Amino acid sequence: MKSVIAENLVKTYDKGTVRALDDLSLDVEEGTVLSVLGPNGAGKTTTVRILSTLMRPDSGNAQVAGIDVIKHPDKVREVIGLSGQYAAVDEILTGYDNLVMFGELYHLGKKQSVIRANELLERFSLTEAAKRPIKTYSGGMRRRLDLAASLIVKPKVLFLDEPTTGLDPRGRQEMWEVIQELVKGGVTLLLTTQYLEEADQLADEIAVIDTGKVIARGTSDALKKQVGGERLEVVVEQAHVAKTIEIVAAVSGQKPALDEGLRLISAPVSTGSAALFEVLKSLDTAGIHALDVGLKRPSLDDVFLSLTGHVAEEKSA
Amino acid sequence: MRALNDIYIITRRQLLLLTRVPEVLIFSTIQPVMFVLLFRYVFGGSIETGQPGGYVQLLMPGIFVQTVAFTLAGTASGLAEDMKKGLIDRFRSLPISQSALVIGRTLGDSLLNIVVLAVMGIAGYLVGWRPTGGLSNVVLGFIFLLFFGYALSWVGVLVGLSAKDARVVQNVSFIVTFPLTFLSNAFAPTTGMPRALQYFAEWNPVSTMVAACRELFGLENQFGATAGSFPSEHPLTTSLIYMVVIMVIFIPLSVRKYRNYAD
Repeated sequence: MKSVIAENLVKTYDKGTVRALDDLSLDVEEGTVLSVLGPNGAGKTTTVRILSTLMRPDSGNAQVAGIDVIKHPDKVREVIGLSGQYAAVDEILTGYDNLVMFGELYHLGKKQSVIRANELLERFSLTEAAKRPIKTYSGGMRRRLDLAASLIVKPKVLFLDEPTTGLDPRGRQEMWEVIQELVKGGVTLLLTTQYLEEADQLADEIAVIDTGKVIARGTSDALKKQVGGERLEVVVEQAHVAKTIEIVAAVSGQKPALDEGLRLISAPVSTGSAALFEVLKSLDTAGIHALDVGLKRPSLDDVFLSLTGHVAEEKSA
Repeated sequence: MRALNDIYIITRRQLLLLTRVPEVLIFSTIQPVMFVLLFRYVFGGSIETGQPGGYVQLLMPGIFVQTVAFTLAGTASGLAEDMKKGLIDRFRSLPISQSALVIGRTLGDSLLNIVVLAVMGIAGYLVGWRPTGGLSNVVLGFIFLLFFGYALSWVGVLVGLSAKDARVVQNVSFIVTFPLTFLSNAFAPTTGMPRALQYFAEWNPVSTMVAACRELFGLENQFGATAGSFPSEHPLTTSLIYMVVIMVIFIPLSVRKYRNYAD
């Protein structure tokens, strides 16, 4: 069953001059993680805002957990959790105050709200900081608290809009662990990110979007295959470069590329580790010692570049 | 019932914020108290009122009205701040009554006004303010003031939600409220103003509010303009009409703006 369905969503801003979503369609199977991957301005946040009832599309349909988002936004709000790009918690209040308040707004009642707040604080390693105002929290702690706030009533569908944007590597790692835990618990998750690595780490399926459209979708593996298979790479001493090119060419059947500075010879291969083994054997027979050798699978960066003709990120953060 | 519960929780949050950042409360009271002292001692000596008890009797209603008028700015900047931090998105994604946030905000700001008016009243008393209208009328005057602040708070909701930038909100609100409070009978007689401004001052809701409070506090409305005009003859009625009109216009507009603000 599909937990999220978006059909032909169109959304324009500034009186139609900016087309944020241009006939975007996607769906998420129940209990799986879909990562919506794209650069800034691709339409990721707009998609999440429409699916989480914050915004209405100009045209198109959307359903979340079988409920029509446009006709019954109030019912959708009862079954979703949303954690946005900014940690949307009250900075002046403490972590505990925030969670209790949100619990009460979910109509749990005071007593249940307190119990739930304490559970979540414990689960997200925030118990020690519970009675401190949020403004004293680190970026990672804020995001964890924001995520906790979106889980007060176990949501059927969770939306995370760029959950690690702006976090340092450690904060990102912590966030990934928390999200992986959630995924194990079986939540349906739609996650947007501009980090290719994040989509690769967390998602069952990836929808690549650019200029308001889904331009490719599939598993991380399938997308990488779409770009091309693996490449074999060998680094050798300068004296052996010519001979090595011959060997790699024989195995690959294609003319290898040479990076002269790195003395790196590479060529596409279709047989994976068998090709690697063959090359190593031939090098050994020729008496050549490889300084480095390996199979490189295309990264999602390569995927993005080949799909859109431009890179996803200015620089990898 | 759920809507009432939601409104209660949001209002309580406003109050909780005040206890966590007492500076807000302190500064919201220091400023009007400072105005009381400045006007009382700087201008008080040079403005002839012929009023028993002197200028401070006329001044206090003016300062009360000015203070509650600034609720507009408080509500607007508070909302703009919530919006900037993404809190409004969070609230709007919750299964709560969609107007609870703005209603709670306006109620919370009015509760703050109760505290501020109480402190000002005490400060006024210490510098010689003695209302003579009788207890029930004085209480009625304060209820009137709170009601006026509440109505303006809804204008603030619209300003706050319409602003693209939280920093602009404060400025916009001041540009609206300063001329309104000074082009009025709040601090000085309007008779010295050019004709056109006199006319404006006479119909200005701030003037009618000030005149209404003066009446309830037992004073002759000496700073009013042309005698015989409807607002100066019936300041209470006029003020009441203004408040109802403001709310009838701005509550639906603000609630609609809140519901659609992302579109």
